[in-house]
Amino acid sequence: MTDLPLDPIAIDVGHLVQRTVASLYSHLVTRQTGRAVRMAIETQLAELGERSLSLIDLSEVTVLDFSCADEVVAKLLQRYSGEDPTQAYFVFRGVHEPHRDQIEWVLHRQGLAAVAEVDPGRFDLLGDRSEPQEAAWRVLEERGLIGREEVGDLLPDAEQRHALDELVQRRLAFVSPITGRYHALSRLVAHLM
Amino acid sequence: MQVLSVPGSLDQQSVDDLMNAVPREADRRTLFDARHVRWVDPNGMVGLLVAGAVARDRQATMPRLELPESGDVMGYLGRMGFFREAQGIFEFDARVPKRPAGASDVLLEITPIRANADVHEVVDRVQTRAGAILSSKLGYPASAVVQFSVILSEVCQNIIEHAEAPGWVAAQAYNWARRLGRWVVVISVMDLGRGFKGSLADEHAARYGDRWSDSTALEASFLHGLTRFPDSGRGQGIQQIRRQVQRWNGAITIRSGSARIGQVPEWDDTPPLTEGMPHVPGAQISIVLPAKNGEAG
Repeated sequence: MTDLPLDPIAIDVGHLVQRTVASLYSHLVTRQTGRAVRMAIETQLAELGERSLSLIDLSEVTVLDFSCADEVVAKLLQRYSGEDPTQAYFVFRGVHEPHRDQIEWVLHRQGLAAVAEVDPGRFDLLGDRSEPQEAAWRVLEERGLIGREEVGDLLPDAEQRHALDELVQRRLAFVSPITGRYHALSRLVAHLM
Repeated sequence: MQVLSVPGSLDQQSVDDLMNAVPREADRRTLFDARHVRWVDPNGMVGLLVAGAVARDRQATMPRLELPESGDVMGYLGRMGFFREAQGIFEFDARVPKRPAGASDVLLEITPIRANADVHEVVDRVQTRAGAILSSKLGYPASAVVQFSVILSEVCQNIIEHAEAPGWVAAQAYNWARRLGRWVVVISVMDLGRGFKGSLADEHAARYGDRWSDSTALEASFLHGLTRFPDSGRGQGIQQIRRQVQRWNGAITIRSGSARIGQVPEWDDTPPLTEGMPHVPGAQISIVLPAKNGEAG
């Protein structure tokens, strides 16, 4: 039996840009375009219920400017963080070198972090995070899944154990409400990639 | 008619002189005498459009433009799309050269920026042209074309978001053999809008009190990332342009109203802040990106 009450979906941003601005190219530029793409993503998320995991795919985006990174990444995360009752989790795909600086910057500026595929099959935690959070996330990312009973052995440092729960609160890791096991978000979207 | 002599070398160094010289009197039409122009770059061309538009608006009549005698300069102005944009600003003879069909050596022709779609158009255009120029002339890595496009996108959005008036962008690569011994790419972005002081006034002027001026507004935006929007995600554009230009050891200057601010490397002697210049509406942004050391094209 699965312990995952989640049905991840993939959202192709390159396709949304073309649909939104009718551009021949997949350039995610200008704040107006970013806002339109974010609203299109939010419309899709609204149909997913109160708990969702989305793979936001930037692979087909050639140019991503800071204004769009702020709208499509930072504001999207902000919208579903904190007090929002919707539990929306995100993984960003295709955050290759040309996009990374823009995304890192807007995340830091807003005190946010995100799980991102930075090279094919390789994920990083980007944005604003503490050292214990980075360390705990790295262990979870390598393992993919951590049972409650394993936490003490894998994360002997109390700060890192605390940080693991902070990752869950920040929706950078998923904890099953059924078994209490911690899941790396990257593994939960692996079948979509 | 009052005659304004256009500098023979019309580039980012002399364009200030041109804009400073636009007559303030409203009662006499201006003649821009460009017959002796021998060299012009994007700052010169776009600056000439701005100066002409300022004269037109002050005098409520189109100024006259005497075209350059140099065939090379005329041909280049044609390839850069100057004459198309000059219509409605200047009255000039119709003997302008036709734009040649086919491939062009131009990095980015003078492009009007009025709306969101224009920024997409600029980014689309440079994607197909900039890669080869940035790598072969400047020695930048292949991925630099994306950062170059991001700079253009952000700087053009500055017009749409803050100027609330149309503007132009243009870019071209040159061999600055004598000045720098290297190739450079020159980007010029200018508008006729309300300038940095006007854009920021409602949100920030009161806090500055008597110190509020073109120079403090430029410092607030250029150095501290202040913007008129309360959203903390805003105001990043110019900060990021500065950062990327610095990584490439380039120079960026912004003139707005009566002041100019700049971030320049050791090869450029432009002062970081100039105040007390004659007032010109809008904002005039110049970016110069040099080839990596050892790259000469």
